[in-house]
Amino acid sequence: MSRNLSQLYQSTILEHNKNPKNFGVLETATHVAHGKNPLCGDNYTLYIQLDAEHTIVDARFDGDGCAISKSSASLMMERIVGLNVQAVLDLCASFLNLVTTDQEADREALGKLKIFEGVKAYPVRVKCATLIWHAAQTALLRSGETVSTE
Amino acid sequence: MVKTDLIRQQFPMLVQDPELVYLDNAATTLKPQCVIDAIQSFYSQRYGTVHRGVYWLCQQATQEYDTVRAQVQRFINAKSDREIVFTKGTTDAINLVASGAGNVWLSPGDEILITHTEHHANIIPWQQVCDQVGCTLVVAPVMANGHLDMVEFEKKLNHKTVLVAVGHISNALGVEHPVKQIIQLAHAVGAKVLVDGAQSIAHQAIDVQALDCDFFCFSSHKLYGPTGVGVLYGKKQWLDELPPYQYGGDMIDTVTFEKTTFAPPPMRFEAGTPPIAQVMGMGAAIDFIQGIGLSAIADHESRLLAYAYDVLKPCPGLRLVGEPTTGILSFTLDGIHPHDVGTILDSKGIAVRAGHHCAQPTMQLFNVSATTRASFGVYNTTADVDALLRGIQYVQSVMT
Repeated sequence: MSRNLSQLYQSTILEHNKNPKNFGVLETATHVAHGKNPLCGDNYTLYIQLDAEHTIVDARFDGDGCAISKSSASLMMERIVGLNVQAVLDLCASFLNLVTTDQEADREALGKLKIFEGVKAYPVRVKCATLIWHAAQTALLRSGETVSTE
Repeated sequence: MVKTDLIRQQFPMLVQDPELVYLDNAATTLKPQCVIDAIQSFYSQRYGTVHRGVYWLCQQATQEYDTVRAQVQRFINAKSDREIVFTKGTTDAINLVASGAGNVWLSPGDEILITHTEHHANIIPWQQVCDQVGCTLVVAPVMANGHLDMVEFEKKLNHKTVLVAVGHISNALGVEHPVKQIIQLAHAVGAKVLVDGAQSIAHQAIDVQALDCDFFCFSSHKLYGPTGVGVLYGKKQWLDELPPYQYGGDMIDTVTFEKTTFAPPPMRFEAGTPPIAQVMGMGAAIDFIQGIGLSAIADHESRLLAYAYDVLKPCPGLRLVGEPTTGILSFTLDGIHPHDVGTILDSKGIAVRAGHHCAQPTMQLFNVSATTRASFGVYNTTADVDALLRGIQYVQSVMT
């Protein structure tokens, strides 16, 4: 595998693509958003359940898309349960910063999510990686809406 | 017999990168040197506008420009060069007819018939005009193999059908529709037929009089010519009835502040300064493919399709979507999204299309969100197909 390609399809990404975490519908969700990428057809629904203290007590995602979008969503699931809304929004900002800008992202806070940095070498695939993060912002700020990465 | 080694030498992109496996010809084709030269020599030696000046450069450009119109007429065997309208491309040509039809031919309750496997460009313009006029968009179904169900098609035709719009070849599946039969059936109920020839124009000889189609549309950039130009062929009597599509210079007879009278077709539909260099490039592209011969090209691509079918069919996990009859193969790989396939093939220098191919209803029909599509052009070889197979095996090794 070329260096760029192996940066993109790392084993963690491939593993989460095959066995995504928290995959399915969450009936008890309090916040929902739909994310789609009309050009390629990535299409997910993100479900988040908040408690009275604005802490995420459960999250799931459902839908269909490529390995990059699916593993990005799966790794998000691993990360956000237990965080409060502001912490998730901060994480969204850091992640989007990591893959869409040249600015130094908050790498410490991103932890394992840093593996998506390799997507920068593939401009058309950045939208795949960011889709679920845009959906999370929408779910938490404007629940019920659809977000499109086009 | 197509001599691919000689043909490939005429494409600078393939000379510069002999390893490039370009299999996205249904989206757009590479350009031969003669097309690049035609554009370059016009810009660098004889550049001038058309229909607007008495000086030599302008007259020369006008003459060359009009020569291409006559060339296109012969290329598709139209009766007259007055039946050849230069457009921005296939999409523009379909929109021109749809918008005009809404004004002059369609009334509330009328029907427009299309097929399930059309490109969005041959769905949405009709959908919009139906909404505006109060007509119904009727969709003829295809069978499980992606081929049009002619029994159902015939049932959908009736005295309310004013227009039938059909792709000659489905861009997502590579299935050719029996357009000659469709045209005969449609004419029997008094409907006009528009053929979207975007996927056929560079792959088989087109004779609009033999087909008896009312309209035929195609783009230059899918026939080895430049982007930004295409053709609408329309029978003279229908072009005469259609109103202008856009208003401006070049398309008028006389203008006063009270009233404007319009030029006859084709000029009526060519408002503004046209893409002059691109029209000349398209002329060079037509010379190029006629130099090889469309029957030789059709034979070559049909042999490639057969070879690809034999090579790819046994590949574990690979499913062909539909049963193609032309040089377009749409497929899925079990458990691997087409976008990952596209990215990984690209890392091996193989260019394919991954996505819904601007044909979402076709994807819905086959219950897939996207496919990977390989489509052939005159320069492709069995070595390209072999590279594709190795590429697919590599994709599977990376992703599993």
